[in-house]
Amino acid sequence: MKQVYSVPKSLQPRSTHYCPGCTHGIAHKLVAEAIDDLGIRDRAIGVAPVGCAVFAYDYFDCDFQQAAHGRAPAVATGIKRSVPDSVVFSYQGDGDLASIGAAEIVHAAMRGERITVIFVNNAIYGMTGGQMAPTTLVGQKATTAPFGRQKEHCGSPLRVSEMLATIPGAAYVARVALSSPGNVAKAKTAIRKAFETQLAGEGFSLVECLSTCPTNWGMGPYEAMSWLEENMIPYYPLGEFRTPEGGPNNA
Amino acid sequence: MAERKLFKGNEAVAEAAVRAGCRYFFGYPITPQNEIPEYMARRLPEVGGLFLQAESEVAAINMVYGAAGTGARVMTSSSSPGISLKQEGISYIAGAELPCLIVNMVRGGPGLGGIQPAQSDYFQAVKGGGHGDYYTIVYAPASIQEMVDLTMQAFDVAETYRMPVMILGDGVLGQMMEPVEFREPAPREVPAKDWATTGAKDGRAPRLINSIYLQPEALFKHNLKIAERFEQAKKNEVMCEKAKTDDADIVLVAYGTTARICRSVMDRARAAGLKVGLIRPITVSPFPYDEIGEVARTAKAFLTVEMSLGQMVEDVKVAVSGAAPVHFYGTTGGVIPTAAEILERVEEIARAEVRK
Ligand SMILES: Cc1ncc(C[n+]2csc(CCOP(=O)(O)OP(=O)(O)O)c2C)c(N)n1
Ligand code: SF4
Ligand SMILES: [Mg+2]
Repeated sequence: MKQVYSVPKSLQPRSTHYCPGCTHGIAHKLVAEAIDDLGIRDRAIGVAPVGCAVFAYDYFDCDFQQAAHGRAPAVATGIKRSVPDSVVFSYQGDGDLASIGAAEIVHAAMRGERITVIFVNNAIYGMTGGQMAPTTLVGQKATTAPFGRQKEHCGSPLRVSEMLATIPGAAYVARVALSSPGNVAKAKTAIRKAFETQLAGEGFSLVECLSTCPTNWGMGPYEAMSWLEENMIPYYPLGEFRTPEGGPNNA
Repeated sequence: MAERKLFKGNEAVAEAAVRAGCRYFFGYPITPQNEIPEYMARRLPEVGGLFLQAESEVAAINMVYGAAGTGARVMTSSSSPGISLKQEGISYIAGAELPCLIVNMVRGGPGLGGIQPAQSDYFQAVKGGGHGDYYTIVYAPASIQEMVDLTMQAFDVAETYRMPVMILGDGVLGQMMEPVEFREPAPREVPAKDWATTGAKDGRAPRLINSIYLQPEALFKHNLKIAERFEQAKKNEVMCEKAKTDDADIVLVAYGTTARICRSVMDRARAAGLKVGLIRPITVSPFPYDEIGEVARTAKAFLTVEMSLGQMVEDVKVAVSGAAPVHFYGTTGGVIPTAAEILERVEEIARAEVRK
């Protein structure tokens, strides 16, 4: 019998604490598949964020460090600089990366830090119960934006990939969506490319994964997927914003 | 005998760290300690190490966390406002049981304060500093040679107890020049780093550097484990200098730069016929409570002198435990107390407490 699917070896065989319909699980699987495909499990050192993925280390079968809120790129820098042949990835939410950790991510990119960042943008603070993130869409409700995010009050959402793509040290920057099977396949390719960028020593790499948080969006899993495609993708266009071959591609 | 060389304090502490095996430095500029990162930027590449200027103290200390988590000998340095920013990371490093060295050349505060020497960050340095139940080991050298000696052993100590070690200096110690000799510390048996995250090679189980324990009982246990190591440090690592305390009526207590001044106060007072001694804590954490308590059995009064409005004096009072009055003299904001001022206080105390 031909085996068509198995759980990636770089994932621990256990169920996760994520809510039903949450895309954190998909992102974990894609990262683990890239690690398997590239044969780098014994060189991989992950950095877990503060956010719903704080326990990511429970699911990956590789070394991990848990970082303070937003500081994962700095922690990853310390690891990569002291063990240069390691393959270092941080896994961060949008509150973690785009708000409290904005300085750390910008400067890791500026230095061309040879790390890979998996950026899970679900337009909300998941772990703390649905507060507004810098990525929350205008009009989108959050517990701290009960009438929906108002541009006049707190500005327009931050497009992290576009911003980082302007930084010379960023070698690979792409935005993908963890919504349809087609989009997940593209996400898998992008995540693999990001790790390859690191392995080739070409510089900083980041994949922004548009994600769902059905729990704090107040939606069922299916409705959340549709909401992502109908509302997030128009504001956060998918594609590669920077590749090692040719600077900004379609930014 | 090794050769003695004239060194500025900041550069001496950096060179001592390199000789102690430090190969990674992450920092951010701030006066009065800039010679440390500047020295490391030149020196570390010579020994195959790495210097990196971070975007902030927040980032610098988290880079230290990452590198320490791989088992590297790593340090950072800063001064008061920068150390405040580093407290989040220091708390995480303590929680994750990582060894590292932090040099703090204290300047006057609060806020932006000034750039002149101060001892006003004693509380922050010795009472944990960041959030949570933890202590760090804090050395308060009073000369460049002592700063070198303590730095040479600091990494061994940090690795033995798996906690951050701080060198608590000030602008005077950082800027002044003295002849120093780099001598090997007494060898210690340092435990193997079987926790370092360097990649799960050769079939070993994955390792985790972490400070989150959501179950209260688990965090309780974790904190007790860290506290137990500090208890060991209390037993083995307390350092303090006692000068002429055996027959002293009045005992000065001071650390670092202030202790240098108090030493000359002691000599002048003795010359004037007053029986004055000096206790100089070298580790301010763990604090030499017992050593001071012992002197309190015979001394008639204590005078704590600090470049602060009164911080270490609280620990001295705990140590003396009511056995004798504990007086205080302090200057703040970067003003260095003069020997004459302190001597005047000593004479006042002598009139009030000794000859009554
Ligand atoms: C210094 C600090 N501030 C605030 C928090 C509380 N906190 C925990 S997770 C979080 C937000 C996480 O949101 P995000 O990064 O978007 O991750 P998600 O849970 O959505 O995956 C916050 C504010 C904290 N742990 N530390
Ligand atoms: S709260 Fe949201 S982000 Fe967190 S696990 Fe649940 S669905 Fe996922
Ligand atoms: Mg989020």
